[in-house]
Amino acid sequence: MSVQKPLPHDAARLHVTGAARYVDDIPTPRGTLHLAFGQSSIAAGRITAIDLEAVRAAAGVVGVWEAKDLPSECDCSPSAHDEPMLSGATIHYLGQPVFLVAATSHLAARKAARLAQITYAERDAILTIEDALAADARFEDGPRIWEKGDPGEAIDTAPHQVSGVIEMGGQEHFYLEGQSAMALPQEGGDMVVQSSTQHPTEIQHKVAHALNIPMHAVRVETRRMGGGFGGKESQGNALAIACAVVAAATGKPAKMRYDRDDDFMITGKRHDFRIAYRVGFDAAGKVTGVEFEQYTRCGWAQDLSIPVADRAMLHADNAYHLPHVRIESHRLRTNTQSATAFRGFGGPQGMLGIERVMDHIAHDLGLDPVEVRRANYYASHVEGGQPPAPAAPPRGILETETTDADLASRGSTGLVEETGAQPAAAVQTTPYGQVVEDFELDALTDRLLASANYGARRAEVAAWNAEHPVLKKGIAFSPVKFGISFTLTHLNQAGALVHVYQDGSIHMNHGGTEMGQGLFQKVAQVAADRFGVPLEMVKITATDTGKVPNTSATAASSGSDLNGMAVKAACDTIRDRMANHLAALHQTDRDKVRFADGHVTVGEERYSFAQVAQMAYEARVSLSATGFYRTPKLSWDRIKGHGRPFFYFAYGAAVSEVVVDTLTGEYRILRTDLLHDAGASLNPALDIGQVEGGFVQGAGWLTTEELVWDDSGRLRTHAPSTYKIPACSDRPGVFNVDLWDGRNREDTIYRSKAVGEPPFMLGMSVFLALSDAIASCGTAYPALDAPATPERVLAAIDRVRDGV
Amino acid sequence: MDVTFLLNGESVELRDVSPTVTLLDWLREDRGLTGTKEGCNEGDCGACTVMVTDARGARGLNACILFLPQLDGCAVRTVEGISGPDGTFHPVQDAMVTHHGSQCGFCTPGFVVQMAVAHRNGDHAHDDALAGNLCRCTGYAPIIRAAEAAADAPVPDWMMEPQVQGPDPISLDDLAADYLARPDATLIAGATDVGLWVTKSLVALDDVIFLNRCPDLQDIAITDDTVRFGAGVTMDRVMEIMADRHPSYAEMIRRYGSAQVRAAATIGGNIANGSPIGDNPPALIALGAVLHLRRGDETRDLPLEDFFVDYGKQDRHPGELVTGVSIPVQQDRLRVYKLSKRFDQDISAVCGAFNLRIEDGTVAAARIAFGGMAGVPKRATSVEADLIGARWTEDTVRAVMDRLEADFTPLSDMRASAEYRLKTAQNMLLRVWNEDQGIASNVLEVSA
Repeated sequence: MSVQKPLPHDAARLHVTGAARYVDDIPTPRGTLHLAFGQSSIAAGRITAIDLEAVRAAAGVVGVWEAKDLPSECDCSPSAHDEPMLSGATIHYLGQPVFLVAATSHLAARKAARLAQITYAERDAILTIEDALAADARFEDGPRIWEKGDPGEAIDTAPHQVSGVIEMGGQEHFYLEGQSAMALPQEGGDMVVQSSTQHPTEIQHKVAHALNIPMHAVRVETRRMGGGFGGKESQGNALAIACAVVAAATGKPAKMRYDRDDDFMITGKRHDFRIAYRVGFDAAGKVTGVEFEQYTRCGWAQDLSIPVADRAMLHADNAYHLPHVRIESHRLRTNTQSATAFRGFGGPQGMLGIERVMDHIAHDLGLDPVEVRRANYYASHVEGGQPPAPAAPPRGILETETTDADLASRGSTGLVEETGAQPAAAVQTTPYGQVVEDFELDALTDRLLASANYGARRAEVAAWNAEHPVLKKGIAFSPVKFGISFTLTHLNQAGALVHVYQDGSIHMNHGGTEMGQGLFQKVAQVAADRFGVPLEMVKITATDTGKVPNTSATAASSGSDLNGMAVKAACDTIRDRMANHLAALHQTDRDKVRFADGHVTVGEERYSFAQVAQMAYEARVSLSATGFYRTPKLSWDRIKGHGRPFFYFAYGAAVSEVVVDTLTGEYRILRTDLLHDAGASLNPALDIGQVEGGFVQGAGWLTTEELVWDDSGRLRTHAPSTYKIPACSDRPGVFNVDLWDGRNREDTIYRSKAVGEPPFMLGMSVFLALSDAIASCGTAYPALDAPATPERVLAAIDRVRDGV
Repeated sequence: MDVTFLLNGESVELRDVSPTVTLLDWLREDRGLTGTKEGCNEGDCGACTVMVTDARGARGLNACILFLPQLDGCAVRTVEGISGPDGTFHPVQDAMVTHHGSQCGFCTPGFVVQMAVAHRNGDHAHDDALAGNLCRCTGYAPIIRAAEAAADAPVPDWMMEPQVQGPDPISLDDLAADYLARPDATLIAGATDVGLWVTKSLVALDDVIFLNRCPDLQDIAITDDTVRFGAGVTMDRVMEIMADRHPSYAEMIRRYGSAQVRAAATIGGNIANGSPIGDNPPALIALGAVLHLRRGDETRDLPLEDFFVDYGKQDRHPGELVTGVSIPVQQDRLRVYKLSKRFDQDISAVCGAFNLRIEDGTVAAARIAFGGMAGVPKRATSVEADLIGARWTEDTVRAVMDRLEADFTPLSDMRASAEYRLKTAQNMLLRVWNEDQGIASNVLEVSA
């Protein structure tokens, strides 16, 4: 069996020698042009005059394009067709591309792009949540509201109530490889594009649209990305379109990569959120009703903000049964970079809202936060009881129909599926009516609390704090329940193409992209297992829109689930054909043919796989097949906020311990224990890598990673010198990571679970541990905001000490 | 400008190179060696790390802010040269594969080179060695496991470069005369600051003088009275010397820049660029350091604090260069506190340095200086005045904390607010007291 083995990343040996090739490493044909955008220096207003003479005259410059010079609007949007590649007269954010330069080198293009003379008529920029609410600047024409039961009544009549607000910042992806693309013009106006993208089909679609040619005339190839994290789901569109436009106009290959500062200034980031809450609960901390108001700054364009904000609503419950709940979501338009997909896709923000509520309840009651959380957990299994209340009728706004929908994008909102049947049995449902059938957290929590020795350490922390006047420790537990599937149901499909050659070697291709997560290796392990051959027999190949069409983005943690199944289907088709042939040859049943250990056995006969491939070829049996998969059981109405958007849930939990300096707010993560549910893992080593890395990235989001815009709308933290992702020594001093020995209860590929996004949210344990340490300084609730920079921690300590 | 160096063991001779072409651009665009990656183009992520060996030994440097003339007479080894000539993996490469140390792989070449440098030098402080290499995928744990696993493997012979002779030397006399003759030239030492003028501000520097050619500037002279650092002494060497004499200063140096930055940045550069947030000046001012300047044949000395006149303005005349800085030998009482969002490789919001002499329960002497609190690195003169002669008690400390407002009116920026800067600067005074009383105050010294 090649599945479930802890094999290294398929490209590990190429990574460590520098031989792994990224877009900017591909040798360029002679005469390749290099591109750069000229960017706006104001956040909002109009261009009243633009003089590009100095740009055109600069050394090495071959061409300069303004919006009016383009062959079309060159829309870069994955959703609402509101992102022209170049601004035209109207400026929406500081850093917006205004013109495009093509030059003989990357440096020449960058230098020239700074020589423009642009005169603006500025207007007041909408930068903050307050600005946007005052101007009623939003996407969709009002807040999205989902409601279950009667939360107002449930809160008002509860024995206890608390309310509060948490602010949480956005996050820059900081993929180590910046955005990049290259276009190679072909005969007859066709275009081949190399793109560092999570979504080759989207690149193909947008390039075809920009050039006004059919999708069949554009082929996009992606071998690997140097990190994606959601930042390459839609943000690569502009570069690919720019390259294609220049290549089409000049007949020369064109390449573009953003310098790191440009990448920060131009591209979108994680959505920042403000979540206000009001909750009613009993003496045990069990929630009777809760209301959330979620506000998010979406930036200047719609991009993927609607489904991001939806997913924030969909994770407002996290692991907790909320009998009465109201979630109101405001998607605000601001004159900043267009916020976009980022690992978790709104889920982390929504989840942090309810984790804040749990923390606040525990503080209010003086209970161990773990007990409050467990009191609110979904039931593992419920017998009897009442059927769930039907969903409330839709409130708030009506869905606006989009025309010419970008169907392969998560930004597409035009399609609404009718909800399926109501759950018949008496079960606990999420705020959106999905039955929680696979709740794993009771046992998982037991095991983690035991292995982390949580109870004893909590007492030790308290004792330590009593002896230390300046430094204070904190410890916290946090669970994760994360919904797996694209919430735009039709994206839950995947294709694969598999060839077996005469020598028995196997060429495997599918729609997923490799960004470091090890998808290619996991899927290759599936293919090798289906044929019963060593992994070396399977060639992993670049994602290619010419091989597998109409793919979904490698996003929503879905890569292995979808593409693993599609590859399995393709392999099984070929294997069955081979088996049929052998069975006929030996006049036996197909199920007597076994593929294992690089051999095929039929009764007493044993052939090498290569022999069988050759035999099948000579017998004129097709050794090439496509595979297809669509996720079952999904049914979701995002307007009503009701249905089953998720095939299943992935679970995990974390315990983190921190120490805080009460004089400066500085802190360290002393120890973290993680236990994560990857189902029956396809590759435990790669999955643990996702858990460790996701945790550190999640902790970074909530601690040192601070995006600061000034009053003019200029992002002041636009490079690693000012924007601080975790460094090596920031990982926990003691770091124990393990996988839960589970099996997916749903029929996924080898009963594994998606693992890309869920562990990100384990980082919340660090934030909650900081809150715990701060709380030890006084009596008031810390009400810590994120990111919890030393400055915010110190401010919270002062609040707690002042008893405010 | 002509430049000669060894690249992965092979001699490279370049004629008439533009002095500000970076090694990274040359490797990738001219030489076709694309293993070395550009992650940030400003020396902060380490994806471009290469090994550079000269007479002092081997060190990792950021190729993105390294100009070709800085390599004259050195040996350079890129990730392509970390494997043996026959393709044999280096032990850190094997370990990185075995321990799943790469995911997306883009930072990996930089990590591998920096790990190989540390391995070659027998440096087992992995977190320190890799503080300047950012990884966004793994969370670092598997990389450290790999570094630990490879630590005891023998150093492959190809990692030991042949003897290199360094650049053609120039005497300080000639250098001073040259600079006096072209006072508008830009002096380049480690290029950890000037490099960004080129890669980020896209400034064209045509007239440049590289200081690496002047051995006189690399001198460290230690007598009974002073420790004198030549301006060209790199920060890794300053850290070494200070480790025993003033460990708190050395610890600050460890954090202020990554290994790659410390190996390039010079103490003279960190002073001469006049940054209000340079971390060395507060410590040096608190130690009573004297700055040495030279203009042609004229030399002069001045207390370091007097060098910083105003924001962007230093007491340095056209054609005058910083030649060194001297620290009076003294009993160590120095406390340096560097406050930033991230511990390693981050620019300070506030950097405070405290040098108090307590005699018979009374403050006999006080030199206190801050970075990040004003337009220049500056002494807290009111606080010092109030402290000197006062009883060394918590009440005294708490009283003088308020006096800090008389000395400083800090600004708000993306690193910190004015209020936070002032408050933490005050609290640093309290920390000096607390540490003196043996109260645990350093989060870096706490474990689970």
